[in-house]
Amino acid sequence: MHSEVDHVKKSIRTYMMIGAALFVFTAITVAVNQVHLAVPMAITVALIIAGMKGSMVASVFMHLSHEKKWVYGALLLTVAGFIILLFLPLVTVLDGIGTSSEPARAAAEHAAPGGH
Amino acid sequence: MNIPYTVEERPDTGLANGKLGIWLFLASEVMLFGALFSTYIILRVGAAEWPHGELNVWLGMANTFILIGSSVTMVMAWASLKLNKWGAHRGYLIATFLLAGIFLVNKYFEYADHFRRGEGPWHSTFLAIYFTLTGLHGIHIIGGMIVMAYFIGPGAKLWKKNPEQFANRIEYTGLYWHFVDLVWIFLFPVLYLL
Repeated sequence: MHSEVDHVKKSIRTYMMIGAALFVFTAITVAVNQVHLAVPMAITVALIIAGMKGSMVASVFMHLSHEKKWVYGALLLTVAGFIILLFLPLVTVLDGIGTSSEPARAAAEHAAPGGH
Repeated sequence: MNIPYTVEERPDTGLANGKLGIWLFLASEVMLFGALFSTYIILRVGAAEWPHGELNVWLGMANTFILIGSSVTMVMAWASLKLNKWGAHRGYLIATFLLAGIFLVNKYFEYADHFRRGEGPWHSTFLAIYFTLTGLHGIHIIGGMIVMAYFIGPGAKLWKKNPEQFANRIEYTGLYWHFVDLVWIFLFPVLYLL
């Protein structure tokens, strides 16, 4: 019990430091945005900073840096599911699979000159 | 009948049931917001042009500071319980609740400004995804506020009966709240800056 109280007391300092770091990173994100970088660079920088902030919140405030394996397992499954969902819409641009493009093109060329 | 493993850890999972429950719930939330972020990417990649500077960056930044501040007060509300400081816990939890309210007031002003100019979700693809993402996030803020209001009010009685169970409930509320903060950490640059 005493060790838990000591651990929480030590953690309070960490919480404050992480809070301050999150404020600073937010200010940096906005400052970088004012520089008007090229869009790909701006997206990269903003997402890297957001990723760092997100991992700080998850690991310190949500105590993910020292959680049980069941929590990690649930999150691992979630990440896998999320990645699958992220790429699932690609199916919509692959809907030509199984059909030959040649007959379709020939038919289009045949129809084009006279229209009949 | 008592619900088992509200305080002590289950031997098989090593977790109290509530903790595993809130993490599974958060996993489903990741999928929900993840699907919407994917939608955003698809819409943006497929768009011929994407608007810049439509949103008030300073108001968005203020709201980011507010939510980060509320995450700090939330974790402090839990830490205060662990240190047996009831008064400090109350103060931090009320502060978290108030910061959440200020966030929503700011959001109200942002929304009102858009609607005054006739720029609802129907106006453009950008505004459609903006209102969907921030609206869903706002509903989560309201959900968190309802839970906090319960623990500030009638739910606080549990502290006298079973302090450890109450601390666990505050921890789970905190996990949810930090997740809501985490989502905003990504929403802010994606919608306001890029």
